[in-house]
Amino acid sequence: MRNVRLIARLDVKAPNLVKGIQFEGLRKLGDPNGFAQKYYCEGVDEIYYEDIVASLYERNNLLDIVEKTTSNIFVPVTVGGGLRHVDDVAAALRAGADKVAINTEAIRRPEIIQEVADRFGSQCLVLSIQAKQQGDRWEAYFDNGRERSGVDVLEWAEYGQNLGAGEILLTSVDREGTSKGFDLPLQKAVAEKVEIPVIASGGMGCEQDLIDAIKTGGVDAVAMAHVLHYGICNLRDLREACYAENIPVRRLSN
Amino acid sequence: MITIVDYGIVNLRNIVRALEHVGGKVLVSRDGKDIEEAERLVLPGVGAFASGMTELRSRGLDEVIVNAVNSGTPILGICLGMQMLFEKSLENGCHAGLGLIPGDVVPIPRRDPNGLKKRKVPHVGWSELKLAPQRSSWRGTSLSGTSPGEYVYFLHSFMATTEEVNWPLAQCIYEGLPVVAAVESENVTGLQFHPERSGPVGLSILERFLKI
Repeated sequence: MRNVRLIARLDVKAPNLVKGIQFEGLRKLGDPNGFAQKYYCEGVDEIYYEDIVASLYERNNLLDIVEKTTSNIFVPVTVGGGLRHVDDVAAALRAGADKVAINTEAIRRPEIIQEVADRFGSQCLVLSIQAKQQGDRWEAYFDNGRERSGVDVLEWAEYGQNLGAGEILLTSVDREGTSKGFDLPLQKAVAEKVEIPVIASGGMGCEQDLIDAIKTGGVDAVAMAHVLHYGICNLRDLREACYAENIPVRRLSN
Repeated sequence: MITIVDYGIVNLRNIVRALEHVGGKVLVSRDGKDIEEAERLVLPGVGAFASGMTELRSRGLDEVIVNAVNSGTPILGICLGMQMLFEKSLENGCHAGLGLIPGDVVPIPRRDPNGLKKRKVPHVGWSELKLAPQRSSWRGTSLSGTSPGEYVYFLHSFMATTEEVNWPLAQCIYEGLPVVAAVESENVTGLQFHPERSGPVGLSILERFLKI
């Protein structure tokens, strides 16, 4: 098994870190950079910033946050949300992002995957897929889980990989914001379908969910929001839990 | 003073910040004269080998770099920057590199020799640094402050190979495959991983390079 990554996901409505609570809307949690710093000190493997407003006006505020974060944390940072054009990707990378995640624009115009991969390399492009269960299949949603695409998730994941995506960020629309655990059959199906790393996101409520996502879902990384921001789990304990289960994760030096 | 070669790469910020963080005085330049006069050079790189080399050549920086290195300037190549120091790469065709390190850059194989699906590509994430086969320690090298077993961050789809056994410093094992993680000989150092993204372990490697 390859080394698994523990990723902190920070949803940003600039200038705040926010969290979507099912049926409640958004709660403001504070300065994103402060949280990012804390997670860095606790040994997080990567930081993922999702711009949930993603309008042209708000864009610069998120990139300001990215610039500030990358000034004093030295682990990879991925930025997603509202990236429509190769120039948006360039701006994110210039601000300090190592990778970008694209969902909506990739569904509308899959060529963007190729354009970004050609210009910046596949390894910087994460294809973000929001999946909602339809019977025994899953459909890809976009626009923050609001719009249906009519596209089958497994086919889309493979197609995106073939166009040049370096990783898949897989979110369950059904589980996101519920803390009820991951959609493990979804994760397993995607992880077996593609030959690129899969990052699971959405629904983690406890330590066991992480273990299940890796052992049953077969994912390569888990992006956590709610459990970290509310102190339900902490990164040190999660890492220890992985060691106890013989899951290979980074060992931190003292 | 450490001079970072700017050949049109978009994300220079992180390597600049990391070097400054460990006390480096950093100049980012695309000017041949700055590179010629540099005390030490960093060749960063993210993206594709062919376009990286094209960008270097179109600015005439390939020759300047080779001359500077041949006259003794220490150089640190990072990720694609390390790969460009080699003779050639088989990424999307066959493309010549700077030829400062003997060997080639090839795709990370997804399948094992039996054809079975073995590993995901790109190699993304934290892997353990180990001594390269011919090395008994990293004493006296750019990794002298690092211990085998420490983790660093990799993000790449192609890997360097060389027949010269004295060049490799460190390797990691990715799903059973030894991957060259660091190479060094005299004033040329290459790191396949991203020291500027590898937390404190990476920062200490950069700090060591400043002291050469």
